[in-house]
Amino acid sequence: MTPVTWDPFFLGGRQFHSRLILGSGKYPLPQIREVVEAGSPDIVTLALRRVNALGQANILDYLPEGKTWLPNTSGAQTAQEALTLARLARELGCGDFIKIEVIVDAKYLLPDNERTLEAVKLLVADGFVALPYMTPDLVIARKMEQAGAAAIMPLGAPIGSNKGLTTRELIRLMIAELKVPVIVDAGLGRPSQACEALEMGACAVMVNTAVATAENPPAMARAFALAVRAGREAYLAGLGPVSEATASSPLTGFLKSEPDPTL
Amino acid sequence: MIVNGQTIKLDKTRPLSEVLALCGYDQALVAVLVNDQVAPRNQFALLAIQDSDDLEVVAFVGGG
Repeated sequence: MTPVTWDPFFLGGRQFHSRLILGSGKYPLPQIREVVEAGSPDIVTLALRRVNALGQANILDYLPEGKTWLPNTSGAQTAQEALTLARLARELGCGDFIKIEVIVDAKYLLPDNERTLEAVKLLVADGFVALPYMTPDLVIARKMEQAGAAAIMPLGAPIGSNKGLTTRELIRLMIAELKVPVIVDAGLGRPSQACEALEMGACAVMVNTAVATAENPPAMARAFALAVRAGREAYLAGLGPVSEATASSPLTGFLKSEPDPTL
Repeated sequence: MIVNGQTIKLDKTRPLSEVLALCGYDQALVAVLVNDQVAPRNQFALLAIQDSDDLEVVAFVGGG
């Protein structure tokens, strides 16, 4: 099937096609390539961590080439720490795209929106393409947009929870009101939930745990890719209105009734 | 000096690139904070590291 409606979107002046962004966490290194090839994302997220010299493996050796790397600032609790992590990522030579994560809450791992906004300002001023991960809140998302965020990444549910699009009404408002793309990040557990996000008009979704914790991660990556594509095509097709009931078949011309001249 | 929280004796002032090699790192794969400042990659061969310095050595890992 020709992907005629596989329409591009733009972030930081670059064009992307796949609306599935995959995380690279929680996999044994040898499995990552198969998962990424199955899900066929254009963008893959990475994290930065302290490393030991011995047995040092380069995760990029285990990933397919030609992807855009999206390092995150996980571990940052302040805007300044997010900036430092972003600068370290940039020194690793993978570009200027950064998913901003500033998290203080250790129980639910909810992003600190206030500090995240502060981080957006710092990173944009430093030349980064800033993609803030946030708890859905239109008011602060607008401020992030005004501060130069390239997209807004609201969570569907707490990270790693696989609970789905529990914040859908708040995300719906953000999609309606923001000018920058809305990318639903975190909490999605099923392909149908990713599909719904795209049907609603989300630009893309980001998924990690749902794939990594599946019994067959490569197969689940492919399932998400198909769902995301279906959701986007449904959005472009324009969903029909919701009503109590309307017959799909004609309500005239039944057996033993007068023939309907229009049928 | 301190490297990722561990104290390591540095015999004399050496460039960062040499310190990384001594510690067994492939410098192409790591980014480094020296006393909380990001060390630019093109400065690895020039930046002088002393025994009093605190280094954080990071690399990409899997993450969401």
